[in-house]
Amino acid sequence: MTTDDNEAIVKFENVGLRYGLGPEVLQDVTFSLAPGSFHFLVGASGAGKSSLLKLIYLALKPSRGLISLFGRDIATTPRHDLPPIRRRVGVVFQEFRLLNHLSAFDNVALPLRVAGVRKSEIQKYVVELLSWVGLKDHLDARPPTMSGGQQQRVSIARAVIARPRILLADEPTGNVDDRLGMRLMHLFEELNKLGTTVIIATHNNRLVERMGYPRMHLDEGWLEIVGGSRSGPAQPASAAKENGATEGIDPAQTGRPDWEKLI
Amino acid sequence: MFASRSDLPLDRDALSRFLPWLIAFMVFLAVLAMAGVLVLNTIAARWDKGITGTLTVQIVPADDPSKDDERLQKVLKILAETPEVDRFETLGDDKLLALLEPWLGTGVGVQDLPLPRLVDVELKPDAKLDVEALSRRVEARVPGVSIDDHSLWLGRLVRLIRTVEGLASMVLVLIVLATVGTVVFTTRTGLTIHRNAIEVLHFIGAQDSYVASQFAGRTLILGLKGGVAGLLLAAPTLWGIGFMARQMDSGLLPDITLSPVHWAALAGLPVAVALIAMMTARLTVLKTLSRML
Repeated sequence: MTTDDNEAIVKFENVGLRYGLGPEVLQDVTFSLAPGSFHFLVGASGAGKSSLLKLIYLALKPSRGLISLFGRDIATTPRHDLPPIRRRVGVVFQEFRLLNHLSAFDNVALPLRVAGVRKSEIQKYVVELLSWVGLKDHLDARPPTMSGGQQQRVSIARAVIARPRILLADEPTGNVDDRLGMRLMHLFEELNKLGTTVIIATHNNRLVERMGYPRMHLDEGWLEIVGGSRSGPAQPASAAKENGATEGIDPAQTGRPDWEKLI
Repeated sequence: MFASRSDLPLDRDALSRFLPWLIAFMVFLAVLAMAGVLVLNTIAARWDKGITGTLTVQIVPADDPSKDDERLQKVLKILAETPEVDRFETLGDDKLLALLEPWLGTGVGVQDLPLPRLVDVELKPDAKLDVEALSRRVEARVPGVSIDDHSLWLGRLVRLIRTVEGLASMVLVLIVLATVGTVVFTTRTGLTIHRNAIEVLHFIGAQDSYVASQFAGRTLILGLKGGVAGLLLAAPTLWGIGFMARQMDSGLLPDITLSPVHWAALAGLPVAVALIAMMTARLTVLKTLSRML
């Protein structure tokens, strides 16, 4: 879903990306996403899906073009101002990127700790969310002792714990069965209804067809946005705000994220 | 300033095993160097004061020993008439023998040797005595008397001590620089080892200072551990050196005991080194991370 430039939560203009002196993996990518929109990012392996996500979560700088997040031009944003922007972007990494020396609880708690949320609140939110993703009995488990699916759920919990304004997920259902996969997609949908912009990179065409949201299709570095059967944001941004969607990620300010409601 | 818990597994890498030992060694050397500086400073200050405030009058034995007492009384009379002189004291035979003991040993009788008579003179504070004029005045009335204001040899000795003290201070500075260099190296190594975890912290919105605090806190703890170990090793060494010096009891060595203030300063050294290590780690992390996106 594209939108007016003024409203865009993510805006790319003629963005190109190359690694070193290699060919451009992304070429003249131009799009803007409205707050509260839901998109699937699809394309063959090596089409540049992960690279596009990395540009959005500020892990890479574009070789050319302009990227703005939440109305701020990233190229001219001082380094010190980037962390608050990153806190508004939740990421589910394809390879999970959990910290192996920390427990599931501590991994999920990290975004809240970094944001300075009180310990008592962290305890409440994290236990609630891990319970919801079925890991109540694994709070103290270290990632290396967990299965791929369990690690993926910890990774998803870490990405959503702080109620980000944008959620990026790279193959989030790759390691879980269909039932749990749909349950996680339901979580993303519910977050989207609360105003979170969601982009999910996936190879699962069945899932994409079934959910019917617009697709950002990448083909050899070129992007095309294809409307789905459910066009537009899952819920208008204004309505999302009325439902409690907020600008920041601090649950201390936004109120208790009621995960039970999201089931 | 530093986080109480660590999101990075810093206690599992080489940094944690290597750094305390190195800091212990550095603090051990630093404590010895600093103790040397403190003792030398005390000695130099004491001797500096001695130069300006004292004289020794030496009355060489005459051919006729029976006149020595008469000559001594004349000298004492002149000293008593000199306004700059605060007090004077003729060294007794026992003190003379004690001074000569390192060279002659015990069991030597005064009567066996033609010893000079020595008068220890203390001047009034801030008195400006013309030693040359006093020498001429004494020599005119009592030939064979010399006055030594110690300035020549004591001045050289004080300069030598000041030089050694300067060298010890330089050693102290070099130890600190070596510690800083080591902490920079180990911190950079830690940043490389934990790059993946640091990236994750960044992606979830951690400021550079948050990551730096993790390194700084860990380095402070390691620095304190190593520093205390170094101090515990250095303390008995210093005590042993002091003990050996006291055993010599020759009168040649000045009193080299450390005062409570000195011990307090030495005890503060591990804390100072740990704080320097902590600040170094923090600045190293901030500088390195500033080059990342």
